[in-house]
Amino acid sequence: MSVRIGIVLFPGYNRDIDAVNALQVAGAEAQILWHEDTDLAGVAGILIPGGFAYGDYIRAGVIARFSPVMRAVADFAARGGPVLGICNGFQVLAEAGLVPGALLRNRGLRFVCKEVALLPEHLDTPFTREIAGRRPLRMPVAHGEGCYYADDATLDALEADGAVLWRYANDDGSVAGPDDAGNPNGSLRGIAGVRNAVGNVAGLMPHPETAVEAIIGSEDGLGIVRSLVVSAGEWSTTGRIKYTRPAGAGAAAGVSA
Amino acid sequence: MSTPASQYRFAVNVTPKPGILDPQGRAVEKSLPHLGIRGVTGVRVGRRVELTVEAADAAAARAVVDKLAGEMLSNPLMELFVVEALDPAGPAA
Repeated sequence: MSVRIGIVLFPGYNRDIDAVNALQVAGAEAQILWHEDTDLAGVAGILIPGGFAYGDYIRAGVIARFSPVMRAVADFAARGGPVLGICNGFQVLAEAGLVPGALLRNRGLRFVCKEVALLPEHLDTPFTREIAGRRPLRMPVAHGEGCYYADDATLDALEADGAVLWRYANDDGSVAGPDDAGNPNGSLRGIAGVRNAVGNVAGLMPHPETAVEAIIGSEDGLGIVRSLVVSAGEWSTTGRIKYTRPAGAGAAAGVSA
Repeated sequence: MSTPASQYRFAVNVTPKPGILDPQGRAVEKSLPHLGIRGVTGVRVGRRVELTVEAADAAAARAVVDKLAGEMLSNPLMELFVVEALDPAGPAA
């Protein structure tokens, strides 16, 4: 039986069908979870895709954070289940405090929609384990508020903890700092995605789910989607995910939102 | 019989924290010379939310505003908020 992953659907989302497709390409089954659902229907993992939840009013992700389904997602995460947020999904997780940091308006003020190079920093995590190697991955970004921000002490702690999973890269493969051409939004230290302290929740701004087949331009995102599927399968059968700490270990690592 | 609740009106002013890059403020600042205006610096663009709270007294109303301002209207990682009582003389009509 294939692994069943829940796709959280907020009003204003537009990437949910891409997420369904990506999960199918990765050999999993998708279960749509409406924002008013309080029950996760027994899924083995959660994918929060992209779009404009509740019109991005106030700040991207903040109104979604208080929706009934997010209470269930937070419980699921607290039990150790794997949760991946992509683009708006990352913003929702950040607003909910499930991953550290905040996403500010893009430094250039414009909505940026283009292909970027994404450098995976660690391959021994629940969300990167199926990536073939530490080479830049090509996939699109499409957002107006993607500038990753946390204060310097938090950034240092995240780096020391190995919690930065992906960074934007320049054409020469180097990490793209806030003002570099490879950095689409001014993200500090080139950070494109992070995980929580336990390791079972992660978010990133680029869209791996729309880069899963060569026919649509790139299949570089498939490793990330597959990683989620493998981790979800592992969690549903063993109750644990390799590469994660026991829940509650976060405080000891000194990492918080 | 419980005390009838009164209505209190507030404004919540949200601004980017000092030190956080505010690209909107920078864009406004840079465009001012096109209006012939010079010598304006430190532009920071925020958000103002006005609302009415029904509560037993002013302190209870204020507590509600502080909570929603801190948890929804602003993100403490990047923003500051200031609550302003719009009708200090008493409950709104």
